[in-house]
Amino acid sequence: MKFTDQLEARFAEMLPHYPVKRSLLVPFLLYTQDEYGYVKDEVIEELARRLDITELDIRGVISYYSMLRTKPGGKYNVQVCTNICCLLRDGEQMLEHVRDSLGVHVNQGTTADGVFSVEEVECIGACSWAPAMQVNYDFHDNLTPEKIDRILKEYREKAAQ
Amino acid sequence: MPTLVSHPDEVKVISKRFGQGAANIDRYMELDGYKALRKALAVGPDAIINEVKASNLRGRGGAGFPTGMKWSFVPKESAKPKYVLCNGDESEPGTCKDHLIFLHDPHSVIEGAMIAAIAVGAHSAYIYIRGEYRYLLEIMQKAIADCYAKGICGKNIFGSGYDLDVFWHGGAGAYEVGEESALMESLEGKRGVPRIRPPFPAVVGLWGGPTVINNVETLASVPPIILNGGKAYAEIGVERNGGTRLFQLSGHVAKPGVYELPLGYNLKKAIYEVGGGIADGHKLKCVVPGGSSVPCLRPEEIDIALDFDSMMKAGTFLGSGGIVVINDQTCIVKFALRTIQFYRHESCGWCIPCREGTDWLTKSLRRFHAGAGVQKDIDNMRYLAENMLGRTFCPLGDAAAMPIIGFVKKYREEFEAHLDGRPCPFGQHTVSNAMAVSGH
Repeated sequence: MKFTDQLEARFAEMLPHYPVKRSLLVPFLLYTQDEYGYVKDEVIEELARRLDITELDIRGVISYYSMLRTKPGGKYNVQVCTNICCLLRDGEQMLEHVRDSLGVHVNQGTTADGVFSVEEVECIGACSWAPAMQVNYDFHDNLTPEKIDRILKEYREKAAQ
Repeated sequence: MPTLVSHPDEVKVISKRFGQGAANIDRYMELDGYKALRKALAVGPDAIINEVKASNLRGRGGAGFPTGMKWSFVPKESAKPKYVLCNGDESEPGTCKDHLIFLHDPHSVIEGAMIAAIAVGAHSAYIYIRGEYRYLLEIMQKAIADCYAKGICGKNIFGSGYDLDVFWHGGAGAYEVGEESALMESLEGKRGVPRIRPPFPAVVGLWGGPTVINNVETLASVPPIILNGGKAYAEIGVERNGGTRLFQLSGHVAKPGVYELPLGYNLKKAIYEVGGGIADGHKLKCVVPGGSSVPCLRPEEIDIALDFDSMMKAGTFLGSGGIVVINDQTCIVKFALRTIQFYRHESCGWCIPCREGTDWLTKSLRRFHAGAGVQKDIDNMRYLAENMLGRTFCPLGDAAAMPIIGFVKKYREEFEAHLDGRPCPFGQHTVSNAMAVSGH
């Protein structure tokens, strides 16, 4: 397959950084996921060919990293941390609030319109600003239910545009 | 954007440029940036290593290994290229310091990595940043590009004749990759399964070449050491523990945040004065002083110095400097469960004691918290955790076992309070077991 121009540029940029070409695999897989919503079969096929490794090898790598997925998520993937520092500052209640506001199961599927998915995640490195979550790559910290309502509303409006 | 905090007891060495716009290369250079790099090029490898040894700088990732000594293990002559690898896979629960360094002072990491490279004779340095930190990776990508544009990296840096490339690299979500051999596997495009050592990375590392791996904060500490001398840096701290650390106060403290304090600062003072004490008028129950993997301390045990040696003497570790403060409204069994659940999720399954141990402990603690525990479970959990120690290739097994042993040993009464089908004594504060919420 031909990647999008942006991905081709990224591939060309990264390849010379390494003495062994498969080294770009982990960050590049994530870039393809950002572009297509998940790591597509065709991407795996194409990278196996370009990097001279087997598809099975790439699938093994994908299964190891928690951010990589082989099925589409929501346009906005809401990742709520419930690890210890967030737990102590009501992170679980924040997760429940996100789940109930969106009416979607945690770690399972998307809202009917495909806009949101909700994930319970491990520590995202915002411990001193807990409770925290990420919507795709954007950090939102010092959460309260009211703050979550505002944040979700903004993304909902963004999706409608 | 994470809020910055400050306290008069802080000594700002690494954080002095925070909030000063130093992600901009010109601003960084106005604020003494890249002066240490020029000096390092002028004085050469032996002088750099001696200065870092004199500084008593120890690894800020958590293990506290003397940095100068680590660098001196790299062979002078090597048939294969040598590498410097900056570990920015910050994932230990309770730890968010590298987050701030990347955000406010990315060039200090580049400069530190370049000085490390000159010290060991490497011509390539990689800065690995965890996948979740995409916005920080983008800041780093720009910082590196700006360095190339100014001739700070690349061929013949500052006209010295020395070639030195700096590259960025992103992860995709894996705690275990923070372990140095797993980090190298990940950078090589593989699953982050740890390597068997020896050989150690200083001899056989990235792509088989000698490799120095340092934490972000460690490398950010290097430019001020070179600029102002190792002795001046050592004097900020205490014996064998030079300089400052970014301590991350989190949990039930009144003023959570990242504070830069000299090593040897008192833990109790850090919580009650710097952190403003326990929030909402509650009392302290427990402190996890160095990230989730270290054994906990009871309130009567916290009048100790925050340095690697004093913490070990107290039966715990300084670790990542993430100080998690827990109040008396919290259920320790629940806290232990959330801790082990994390390690269960992150275990790669390579070593059986870790794979099975974390799973068994998760199941036991979940059952226990739900009121279905029996007396002998308490000793069994401790016995199980103790038998994981030292029996795995990487420290993840130990990291999972140590906190559990601590909780069972020091808070046995809380485990006993859950026996005989009694509901969790902390009721509403421990609602919605994460497992039940997420349905897995």
